[in-house]
Amino acid sequence: MTEEHDFLKQLFQQEFAKMVAVISKLFGLQHIEIAEDIVSETFLLATESWESKGIPDNPAAWLYAVAKQKTLYHFRRNKLFNEKIRREYTSRQESIYEAGDVNFSQENIKDSQLQMLFAICNPAIASEAQIGLALRILCGFGIDEIAEAFLSNKEAINKRLFRAKEKLRAEKVRMELPTENEIVNRLDNVLHIIYLLFSEGYYSKTQNQILRKDLCIEALRLGIMLTEYERTNRPKTNALLALMCFHASRFDARQSSDGALILYEQQNEALWDTALIRQGRFFLDLSAQGDEISSYHLEARIASWHCIKEDTNEKWEAILQVYNQLLLINYSPSVALNRTFALYKANGYETALVEAEKLKLENNHFYYVLLGELYSNCDQLKAKQNFQKAYDLAKTESEKQSIQKKIERLFYR
Amino acid sequence: MKDFMLLFRQPSYDYSNASKEEMKALGKKWADWVGGIAAQGKFISNGARLAPEGKVLKAGGVVTDGPFVEIRERLGSFIMVKADSLEDATTLAHGCPALDANGSVEIRPVYP
Repeated sequence: MTEEHDFLKQLFQQEFAKMVAVISKLFGLQHIEIAEDIVSETFLLATESWESKGIPDNPAAWLYAVAKQKTLYHFRRNKLFNEKIRREYTSRQESIYEAGDVNFSQENIKDSQLQMLFAICNPAIASEAQIGLALRILCGFGIDEIAEAFLSNKEAINKRLFRAKEKLRAEKVRMELPTENEIVNRLDNVLHIIYLLFSEGYYSKTQNQILRKDLCIEALRLGIMLTEYERTNRPKTNALLALMCFHASRFDARQSSDGALILYEQQNEALWDTALIRQGRFFLDLSAQGDEISSYHLEARIASWHCIKEDTNEKWEAILQVYNQLLLINYSPSVALNRTFALYKANGYETALVEAEKLKLENNHFYYVLLGELYSNCDQLKAKQNFQKAYDLAKTESEKQSIQKKIERLFYR
Repeated sequence: MKDFMLLFRQPSYDYSNASKEEMKALGKKWADWVGGIAAQGKFISNGARLAPEGKVLKAGGVVTDGPFVEIRERLGSFIMVKADSLEDATTLAHGCPALDANGSVEIRPVYP
């Protein structure tokens, strides 16, 4: 029973995104709710019908047939909408009443989803709302799942999605690919949203492992979708995919059975997913074509070094140099901290300590963890003081625990 | 924060006999130093990289080739940084590899 339930859940999640994209293409993005309703009704009917008759041989085809009927029915029934849409439509297209227009071919699904991806990753919408909308419309996540991923509630998520859709209407966003000239700039935004989706899964505070993994898989799927289309299959698209593969390869190794985060140093590398690492290296090679170096390229290179557990000077020197480059194009406090850690590993603690003292990231508990780590090489008392500050600033219980362990270890050296 | 330009000057140098390792070590020094400024969130941009050869035109139409013996120190390159004050910007210049080569760093505020 649960197996069947899981199957349906996965099927509906996948097909939701495909069908909403195809139907929205017909109605126009301003009527995206109609598409969502039609698809939801289709799922409801499927659940009822399949419960008594069993799941058909080709469930997707069944769903498409029903959704097609419902779409056509909607066109005919709702006269008011009909006229409105007809007026908007006939200017561009002869008639939308032909049954053949509701086209669930693999090709049309692919095209519609790609267009939807660009529509939702429109720079006019705030990125937080975009991630919500992407999860709903592109990945087919339920409202309660999105709420859980954001540690929020259904009401807040519904509001956020509503505002995002309003914005789509207000900005008259259309489902179409940007022009040749525009596509490079717009692709940056699309890649950024995919990156945020992935990070949401990878670093999310929710304890729900399956949900987090799902988020990462969906981000990968959207990235791969972009590589299947020539104009969006750019070096940086492949760089982002490489980065996500390398990170995802450690997914199972970084969390213990009780949900605590396992730091890189203590990870069991036997749990690293070597297939994903190979896949990452494949994308990394592809990303090296052309002379473009994006921040995804640099991050992917760092991540690829982290897929080699052995601590060599060569490794840390290489990582340090990539961090040096990354900082020049994309500063963030966490990059600065990671760079200083690499400096410690490559150039020794004395140099790193001088540099770390200059950073002054005083509200960041990772900063004090780093200072504590560096001082533990020369001054146990200062090390303890810094770890203590980190402990006070840390927000989650598991972070506090791992800092506490560091303090305890200090005096056993 | 204000914008400053850091200009590097070094005595004429000749890297044609330098080994690969020496060049790599020199490159690392510069990258680590600039990386340190960037880690503080104070890096703005790299200036154009100047090639070693060049000419100098003086009043009266006198043209001399490099190396620029007359001006002892040759302009190497520059970077743009941001800092709270001229003193703060000068602190950033410490550790610049040009200093190891007996050169200098000139720190100049840039008009907004």
